[in-house]
Amino acid sequence: MSVAIIDYGVGNLFSLASSLHYLGVEAKVTAKADDLQAADRLILPGVGAFGDAAAKLRESGLFEVVRQQAAAGKPLLGICLGMQLLFDKSLEYGEHTGLGLIGGTVEALQPDLSAYASTESSFGLKVPHIGWNSLHILRDDPLFRYFKDGEYVYYVHSYYAKNCEADTLAVSDYGLPVTGVVRRGSVWGTQFHPEKSGAAGLRLLQAFAEI
Amino acid sequence: MITKRLIPCLDVRDGRVVKGLNFQGLQDVADPVELARFYNEAGADELVFYDITASVEGRAMFVDILRRVAAEIFIPLTVGGGIRSLEDFDRVLKCGADKVSVNSGAIANPGLIAEAAQRYGNQCVVLSMDVKRVNGRLHIFAKGGREDTGLDALEWAEFGVNSGAGELVVNSIDTDGVKQGFDLPMLDAVAARVQVPIIASGGAGKAEDFVELFQHSGIDAGLAASIFHHRQVEIGDLKRRLQEAGLEMRL
Repeated sequence: MSVAIIDYGVGNLFSLASSLHYLGVEAKVTAKADDLQAADRLILPGVGAFGDAAAKLRESGLFEVVRQQAAAGKPLLGICLGMQLLFDKSLEYGEHTGLGLIGGTVEALQPDLSAYASTESSFGLKVPHIGWNSLHILRDDPLFRYFKDGEYVYYVHSYYAKNCEADTLAVSDYGLPVTGVVRRGSVWGTQFHPEKSGAAGLRLLQAFAEI
Repeated sequence: MITKRLIPCLDVRDGRVVKGLNFQGLQDVADPVELARFYNEAGADELVFYDITASVEGRAMFVDILRRVAAEIFIPLTVGGGIRSLEDFDRVLKCGADKVSVNSGAIANPGLIAEAAQRYGNQCVVLSMDVKRVNGRLHIFAKGGREDTGLDALEWAEFGVNSGAGELVVNSIDTDGVKQGFDLPMLDAVAARVQVPIIASGGAGKAEDFVELFQHSGIDAGLAASIFHHRQVEIGDLKRRLQEAGLEMRL
C-alpha cells in the first residue's frame, strides 16, 4: 500500500508526509503523473487561496490526472484547501472552477456567520475559524473506523463548503454547521487538518490508508 | 464548539529551552524535543518555538530541532524569532512549522506581513507584539522588549490584521514574568480592535489566571512558558479546571 502526496507547489507537506511515515504508511511527496498512477491512494493537500492553488494544479499538469484517477475509483483524500478543490467551484476572490468531483460550492464564512449573528451561539465568532473543534458524525463511514464521535480536530480556514448536504459525513459547530468531512464514491475530503489533529487525526489517516 | 487553547512556549537558544524573567537572566530548563513530547502527551493544543539564537550554528541547531519535533508531534507548531524576510519564512516552513510568528522583523519592514500572507496565506502569519504602557498609552516594543518604537499598540494590531496576519500573540511586558495574572485591560483593548484570534501572553502564575483570562470572550488562547516548564501548573489539570468553569476544552 502506497500513498502519493500530490505536490503542486502549495503548502507545507512535511507534516503530512511525517504523519504517514509515523504510522508506518509508505508515502511519497510527488509532482509526477506516473507516481500518481502507480500509487494506491492519493492525498491532495493545500493551503492558501483557491484561485492560486487551482491554477498551480493546472500548471503542474496534475489537474486532469487527479480527475482521471478519481474517476477510475482510486481513493483520494483532499485536506483543507485540497478538500475545497474537490468541489465544483469557489467564490474566493472571484469565481474559480474546481475539480468537480463533489457537488457544491466553497464560499466565505463571514457573511453566513453574520447572518446568524443575532443568535447567541455565533456572537463574536471570528474568521478565520482557527482552532480545535469537535467533529460530529452524521453518517458512519470506514474513515471513522478508529474515530469517536465528538473528538476534536484542528481547523484553519475562512471559506467553507456548502450546498453539499448529500455528500457530508461530518460537521463541526461554529455558529453554523461547518462542513467537516465529505465523501462521494472513492473521494473523501476533510476541511480540518488530520495531520495536525493529534492522535485523533492520525487515526483518521490510518483508516484512510486501510480503506 | 471551538475550544480555548493552551499553548506552551519554548524559547530555544543553542539547542536548549530557556526562559527569562522580564526577558533578562535566562536560565536553562530542558531539551526542546523532550519537552515538546511531554507537552503533546499532556494535551497542549499547540506549541510555539522561539529561536533566540544569535549564531549561525545555533540557527542550524534550531532547524534540526524543529524537524525532529515535526517528525513525531502532530499538533500545530508556530515558529518565531529572527524572522525578517520571506526566506526566513521558507526556511522554517520547510522544516515543519505551520505558522510563522513575526515581531521585530515586521516592525522593521511592515510590508513583510502582507508579502508573507500573500505567499503563504493569512493562516500562516502570526503577528507577535510586545506591549508596554508608556505615559498611559500602549506602546509596541521591539528587540525582545528593549526598545520603545513609539508605535501605538492598537493601531499596530489593526495594521497587522489588515495586512493579513491571521492571529495575534499579544504579550504584556508589564505583566510578563511577574506571575500575577494576564494583562486583561490591555488584552481586551486589542481584542476589541480586531477580528482575528487573540493569543494572550505574559503574566500567568496559577490556574485561576487562565480561568479569569477566558472569562474575557475576546481571548482565544493562552500562551505561557515558565509556569508550564516548572510544572507549577499541569496542562491536563488546568484543562479540567477550565472545563469545570464552563469552558470548552479539548480533553
